[in-house]
Amino acid sequence: MIWQLDLILLAFVLICAIASIAVKDLLSSAIIFGAYSFFMCLLWAEMGAVDVAFTEASVGAGVSTIFFIVAILKTTRRSKD
Amino acid sequence: MISHFYDVIVQTVCRLLIPFIQVYGLYVIAHGHGSPGGGFQGGVILGASFILLCLSHDIQEMKKRLSRRAVLLLCSLGVIIYSGIGFACLFFGGKYLDYGKLHQILPVDLVGARSMGIFGIEVGVGITVMAVMVSIFLDLSSEEKEKGRPE
Repeated sequence: MIWQLDLILLAFVLICAIASIAVKDLLSSAIIFGAYSFFMCLLWAEMGAVDVAFTEASVGAGVSTIFFIVAILKTTRRSKD
Repeated sequence: MISHFYDVIVQTVCRLLIPFIQVYGLYVIAHGHGSPGGGFQGGVILGASFILLCLSHDIQEMKKRLSRRAVLLLCSLGVIIYSGIGFACLFFGGKYLDYGKLHQILPVDLVGARSMGIFGIEVGVGITVMAVMVSIFLDLSSEEKEKGRPE
C-alpha cells in the first residue's frame, strides 16, 4: 500500500467517472467508462485483490466496452437530453 | 455492420495475436484453483478472442469456426459438466459438489480428487462463459442482417 499511488489512482477514477457521465457523445462516454474500469482494476491490484482486478480488467475494460460500442452502433451516437 | 472493412495490418496482427490470447485463456482456466484467475476470467478471455476475430475479419469468418448452433451447444455443455460433477458427488454419498467423494472412481487419492473436481468445475464455467459472451455479441451485432435469412 503506497498512499501516494492510491491517491493518484483515486483521483483518476473520480475524473473518469464524472467525465463519463458528463460528456454528451455516447461513444466517448463508452471509451471513458473503459478507462474508468481500467483505473479501478489498477486500484484493486494495488490494494492486493488480484482476482477482482483480473475480473475487472477482462470484463469491465474488455468485453463490456465492446458491448457498449456495438449497442451505440445499433442505436444513436448522440445523447438526446 | 462490421462486414465491409478490410485492412491488411489489422487482419494480420489479429491473426497472429488470437492464438496467443486463446492459449492465455486456457492457461488462466487451467491454473484457476492455484493462482488468480479461474473459469470466469479465462472464459471471458476466450470469448474476447472470438469477438476480436469477428471485429477484425467478418462475422461469417467467425461463424466458420464457431457457428451459432455450436455456441448454443457449448452454452449447455458447460452447465451439464458443472451439474454433472455436482450430481456425481451426490451419487457417491457426499453433498452437492463435495469433490472428495470422487476418489472412488478417479485413480487419485482424496486430495487429488478435490483438485480434479475443482478443475472440472472451472472447465465447465469457462466453456459456458465463453459461449455466452460470443452469443451476446452475435445477438447484438447481427440482428438486422439475418432477419429475412433462415437460420
